[in-house]
Amino acid sequence: MSAISAMRDRAFTHRRRRGAELFLLVISLVVGIGAYAAVGLGVEGTVPADIVGYGGWLAALCIGCHVVVRYTAPYADPVLLPIVAALNGIGLAMIHRIDLANLDANPQAQTFARDQLVWMTLGVVLFVVVMVVLRDHRRLQSLTYTCGLAAIVLLVLPLLPVIGTQINGARIWIRVGPLGFQPGEVAKVLLVIFFAGYLVLHRDALALAGRRFAGIDFPRGRDLGPILAMWLVSLGILVFQRDLGSSLLFFGLFLVMLYVATERPGWLVVGSAMFLVGAYLGYLAFGHVERRVDAWLHPFSAANATNAYQIIQGMYGMAWGGLVGRGLGQGDPTLIPFSYSDFIMASLGEELGLTGVMALLLLYGLIVERALRTALVCRDAFGKLVATGLGVVFALQVFVVVGGVTKLIPLTGLTTPFLSYGGSSLVANWVIIALLLRISDQARRPLPELTSPDEDDATQVVKLS
Amino acid sequence: MNKPIRAMSIFCLVLFAALLLNTTYLQYFDADKLNSRSDNKRVRDAEFSRKRGAIVAGGSSVAESVPTKDQYKYQRVYKQPRKYAQLTGYYSYIYGRSGVEQSQNEILSGADPRLFVNRVVDMLGNAQPKGGSVSLTVNPKAQNAAYDGLRGLGRDAQAAVVALEPSTGKVLAMASTPSYNPNLLAGHKFSEVQRNYERLSKAKSQPMLNRAIQDTYPPGSTFKLVTAAAALSSGQYTPNTKVAGGTSLDLPQTTVNLPNEPGLDCGTTRITLTQALENSCNTAFGEIGLKLGDAALREQAEKFGFDQTYLEDLPGQVKSRFPANPDLPQTALSAIGQYDVAATPLQMAVVTAGIANGGTVMRPYVVDEVRAPDLSVLDKTNPEAFRSNAVSSSVARELTQMMISVVDNGTARTAQIPNVKVAGKTGTAQRGPDQPPYAWFVSFAPADDPKVAVAVFVDDPSVPRGEISGSGVAAPIAKKVMEAVINK
Repeated sequence: MSAISAMRDRAFTHRRRRGAELFLLVISLVVGIGAYAAVGLGVEGTVPADIVGYGGWLAALCIGCHVVVRYTAPYADPVLLPIVAALNGIGLAMIHRIDLANLDANPQAQTFARDQLVWMTLGVVLFVVVMVVLRDHRRLQSLTYTCGLAAIVLLVLPLLPVIGTQINGARIWIRVGPLGFQPGEVAKVLLVIFFAGYLVLHRDALALAGRRFAGIDFPRGRDLGPILAMWLVSLGILVFQRDLGSSLLFFGLFLVMLYVATERPGWLVVGSAMFLVGAYLGYLAFGHVERRVDAWLHPFSAANATNAYQIIQGMYGMAWGGLVGRGLGQGDPTLIPFSYSDFIMASLGEELGLTGVMALLLLYGLIVERALRTALVCRDAFGKLVATGLGVVFALQVFVVVGGVTKLIPLTGLTTPFLSYGGSSLVANWVIIALLLRISDQARRPLPELTSPDEDDATQVVKLS
Repeated sequence: MNKPIRAMSIFCLVLFAALLLNTTYLQYFDADKLNSRSDNKRVRDAEFSRKRGAIVAGGSSVAESVPTKDQYKYQRVYKQPRKYAQLTGYYSYIYGRSGVEQSQNEILSGADPRLFVNRVVDMLGNAQPKGGSVSLTVNPKAQNAAYDGLRGLGRDAQAAVVALEPSTGKVLAMASTPSYNPNLLAGHKFSEVQRNYERLSKAKSQPMLNRAIQDTYPPGSTFKLVTAAAALSSGQYTPNTKVAGGTSLDLPQTTVNLPNEPGLDCGTTRITLTQALENSCNTAFGEIGLKLGDAALREQAEKFGFDQTYLEDLPGQVKSRFPANPDLPQTALSAIGQYDVAATPLQMAVVTAGIANGGTVMRPYVVDEVRAPDLSVLDKTNPEAFRSNAVSSSVARELTQMMISVVDNGTARTAQIPNVKVAGKTGTAQRGPDQPPYAWFVSFAPADDPKVAVAVFVDDPSVPRGEISGSGVAAPIAKKVMEAVINK
């Protein structure tokens, strides 16, 4: 018996589970389209007139994804796609609900649900492109530095004159004609690929050298280069783009991937210390960081009446929702500024209650769990790192934005994946799911039936050296 | 690399656990607190468009919500608004609540935990939740007598009446004038409400002030009841002990003397304590104050409830006070209810009710029962002793006899009721030299089986200075209130 076939015999053989995926997907569609109908019933008293067109479109997108997965990645994880479909459907229904409330107050109000459906369609198209074009995730490894460069370019874009725009204090947008885009969301995906490719090559050097202190292996000074560079990039985002959330997200992502690649907790210690220093410097140097922290610590003090207005309204909304919520269309989520984007979790908390919020958080948790499980069973280091990176960046993003909205940590502007309005985020997250499905397909696929060389008498193996 | 990936799984698990715990805290444990904040528009809107429970006095509602056709669906309506304004308070979208509307808001709005089952039933039946109702302890006849009596005073008069049931502490009547119309603040046209509120809050006569509990005034001679109680309790005095009479008392450390009011029979040199109370002799009580010292007076006052708040059913009760460190002349002045002694009309009613109830001071209360929307009784207030031995029962008996004598033979003859024994005490409290004095009267009846204790306070600048007296202005109102309670 050769080593490979022995490994195949020992390894657990995954089933394809595409039928399970389809079944779960149908449930997700019932949830998503049902939520849309419930919004119509709650606000206007009737099922929306376009329910067939809307439901048909949503179902076509999701079933289309399923078909593509069935043909291009038959062993992919069966849970991810249904979860994403459910989240996206609930998000669309909630944005539509807020549109209706805004239209009620002002018939000329801007609406978001239609745009969001267009963005979702674009996200699904990109999902399909990734699934069809990228047949093996390891090919991305050859694009390591291209991805790194592209990520840097994307991060710098909003700072350029003309196309870069500052919205709500953060300079993280580019605007070309009528289209607005947050390149940071895409940069997030590219950075994961870049870090993974870079760390796979350099992890030995980063892992082995070092000195031991207090039971923990600390890295050598000269190996601190990459982490220092990433620290400076994160600080740069904080300084020039005034985006606390992304800064924290990128640095946390790098730190975690470094730790996973090197298996040295020392990096976490060093990195956390650097993060704390950076955060403290930011707190001292920038009014916006200090205001955020102050609004978090003392939301009800009179001095924070304007700074903490949004978070207080969000908390009121969630408290008003209570255990089971007011019901879709029965609450007052438009009292919260940005109830359709950054604060969509508070809007959902108001109308779906603690029960709904817990369900959504568990869906997010499942995505992360599936990503990390994929990383565990993945056979190559690059795939492991990409899957871990995507899973952790997802977890961190959910924690930072939901924690901010629920006053667990200071508020930072990040989008709520798949729920909140925002094209760049939605498209980027669909790509993340495509990458995860691709890696999981590779990881769960049975090893190819190889004929062991020593069973093959026809070929003579010659040892040359 | 699997070991750090497992570690990261645990890390992510911790993150999500923190989010789940935090939302649970926010939406469940902290929700009530957030929902009760006054700047929470959601709760206010929902409360405002709900059928709020009624406030009931003597079986008929004095505040109730009636259906309207506007967006808030219900309009709060106060019947007899001015008469009950100090009890009901107002219920305003912009300015929040006061009075019982505030203190019983949870029941009236339906948010009370005891109404949880009703809320669930309403929710399942897709009906709007309704509020429970609140029954006041008030006796409508007594309240009528009190409010009509106050309205009979001059237009500029600022006055208050409190009537208590001595054996329970029930507030039988509470009125304060000038009063206001809470309907003006409950409207749904907010610009109008705003104008009304500004006018009421800026008015010099302070119509929204509940003078019965929210302001203090020197109690004057009615405080001699406290001094007399301290004297009898000290064991050094009996009702027949001889005390200083004459025309004035020489105060130590000063050249000023403490005079008696002219025209009152305070004898030539020494008189009995009973006669001193009958004629409200300053000399006698000044001397007693000097002899007992300020500590004994303060202790007695605090036993009756001075320096404390104890009315839980109405917001804003202020503490009555006895000066902290008076010198000897100030102690003598304090003993006759002048200098820095200050009391709410409620406090003087509580002193009187305590004496009437044999020395046991009952905690006053306004809310008798709260009921669910289906009228089942959720809670009935149990009378509770606030101070069980403010004076001993024998001292209470002696004080009662002396107070009967005040009404029968002394300054309070205007409070006599045919065939009923009345115990009372007048008061005329001086303030600045150019301002008219405050008139006070406290009493209870029937003296042998007290059903009602009253305190009346009047500040009426329209009456000539010489004619202001507890006996002339305040006692007739007290008499009407007592009659309203006794003649059922």
